[in-house]
Amino acid sequence: MMTPTGTRVITGTATIMLSYDFVINALAAGGIVAVVAGIVGFFLVMRGQTFAGHALSHVGFAGATGAVLLGVSPFWGLVALTLAAGLAMGFLGDRVSGRDVAIGMVLSLSLGLGLLFLHFYTSFATRATSLLFGNVFSVDRTTVHTLAMLGMACLLALALMARPLLFATLQPDLAEARGVSIRLVSVLFMAIVAIAVAEAAQIVGVLLVFTLMVGPAAAAQRLSTRLGRGLLLTVIIGLAETWLGISLAYHTDWPSSFWIAALSGAVYFASLAQAKIRG
Amino acid sequence: MTAISLDGVTLSIGGRRILSDVTLAIEDGEFIGMLGPNGAGKTTLMRALLGLVPVSAGSIQVLGAPVHRGNQAIGYMPQVSSPISGFRLSGRNFVVSATNGQRWGLPWPGKADYRDADRALELVGATELARRPLAETSGGERQRLLLAQALLGQPRLLLLDEPLISLDPNRQHAVIDLARRVQKELGIAVLFSAHELNPLLGTLDRVLYLGNGHAALGSVDEVITGPVLSRLYGSAIEVVRLNGRIFVMSDQYEVERGDHRHDDAHGHARDHGHGHHHA
Ligand SMILES: Nc1ncnc2c1ncn2[C@@H]1O[C@H](COP(=O)(O)OP(=O)(O)OP(=O)(O)O)[C@@H](O)[C@H]1O
Ligand SMILES: [Mg+2]
Repeated sequence: MMTPTGTRVITGTATIMLSYDFVINALAAGGIVAVVAGIVGFFLVMRGQTFAGHALSHVGFAGATGAVLLGVSPFWGLVALTLAAGLAMGFLGDRVSGRDVAIGMVLSLSLGLGLLFLHFYTSFATRATSLLFGNVFSVDRTTVHTLAMLGMACLLALALMARPLLFATLQPDLAEARGVSIRLVSVLFMAIVAIAVAEAAQIVGVLLVFTLMVGPAAAAQRLSTRLGRGLLLTVIIGLAETWLGISLAYHTDWPSSFWIAALSGAVYFASLAQAKIRG
Repeated sequence: MTAISLDGVTLSIGGRRILSDVTLAIEDGEFIGMLGPNGAGKTTLMRALLGLVPVSAGSIQVLGAPVHRGNQAIGYMPQVSSPISGFRLSGRNFVVSATNGQRWGLPWPGKADYRDADRALELVGATELARRPLAETSGGERQRLLLAQALLGQPRLLLLDEPLISLDPNRQHAVIDLARRVQKELGIAVLFSAHELNPLLGTLDRVLYLGNGHAALGSVDEVITGPVLSRLYGSAIEVVRLNGRIFVMSDQYEVERGDHRHDDAHGHARDHGHGHHHA
């Protein structure tokens, strides 16, 4: 269908789409978060702590709804509580972050609390959906800036600790012997994860954080056995899924989080199939 | 120089005494086979030499300096712990992650790091193997990668914790020969823990036998005797020599062939229950 006219129509709608501020903001916010969540998620997947990441976002839900109840910005409530929970998980170490049941309990407790907070503040209920499932088109310029700053802090911190983090992940006994503080690494990393989770929740909502944090990284790790290439692939997949998802949402009027989740799932399962075929 | 010297050392974990009042010295260039039943404290002693287990009494000197954490002069191969599942980093990437892995910063190893890793991989004959994803290696293959990690840098003391576990007899001899060769070339001391004495007989200079909180260090003829082992096991032990092989027998218990795994509470009683406790 790529006749000259067809091409013109597509570039035409793309131009129109890009002329809207809310679309530009959505693409910018989505791009920032895809990169940050993807890279942080890569290490999360490698450490086998994806469920902990998932639970953190639910803690964030309680934080956001609680913040509204107190008259504070839900975003900062979300950041504060995920950060606190992330630090706690890091301190308790494998004893908690590796235990599915304990994490699952924290997760459901947080959702329950969030629900209670909503109950006290009923007019907020309409915004519950956007907290739970995200609404990328409602992101404003200030939020984009905040996301960029937080994201940069996240990546900078990760860059500073990536080497011992990798070492501690792959070979904890040897790393400890060489002088790496496993606990410090784990606390710092969970703090970084918490911020990344809070960011991802702005785009796809607390329930779908997995799609940005875990999907691209897990697919990339299926496709590459090299660290640098895996990280690059994660970023490319994450950006593609997010931007394509946002465009599809714009054109179809279906929720963007649906499209991103669908693309993320499709890419992950395709990577599984691809790895199977290859051998 | 003295590689390891223990002076009246007592080690306890969680209030339980693992070693009490042990005094011994291991010289540079010695190959020491460390034996003892499950739970005798072999791993604990190595971790103490790495500064990871505090001494509750006495003092430890390693390579002429008081024991301290993060001693880069020690090459350490931990006893294989939990298998790392679900990630597909290549073996080479895995090995190289340990070169200067304790330093803060980005996880990109330099040329020199790769050269060192490749040298170590070649030493253990794992160059080919290291191209495969770690998740797809067998237990014995992973052992070799761990051994390569222990040889990174310029270790002046090697602590190898059960490097023979899950290796077939050919590989066992290859690993012993390799450790011997490295030790001769570098003129360093090797502490090599194992559950069987016989494979090590032609190689080791002295035996360190742990049991019952005590330690006996000396030549095979001095240590592997009825009276010494009876003291270490806390029950009557008989030593039988047959065709250049040595069998440690207990007269109280039936032969329990293949029963290598038992919990510590029964370890002492049952360990020598094997008619030929592979000592
Ligand atoms: N983290 C820990 N907490 C409590 N007790 C421990 C811990 N690590 C080891 N122990 C105990 O210390 C004792 C010595 O353990 P260690 O691992 O040093 O034995 P080992 O000689 O290496 O045994 P194996 O042959 O099974 O490897 C055991 O009784 C064990 O139960
Ligand atoms: Mg051990």
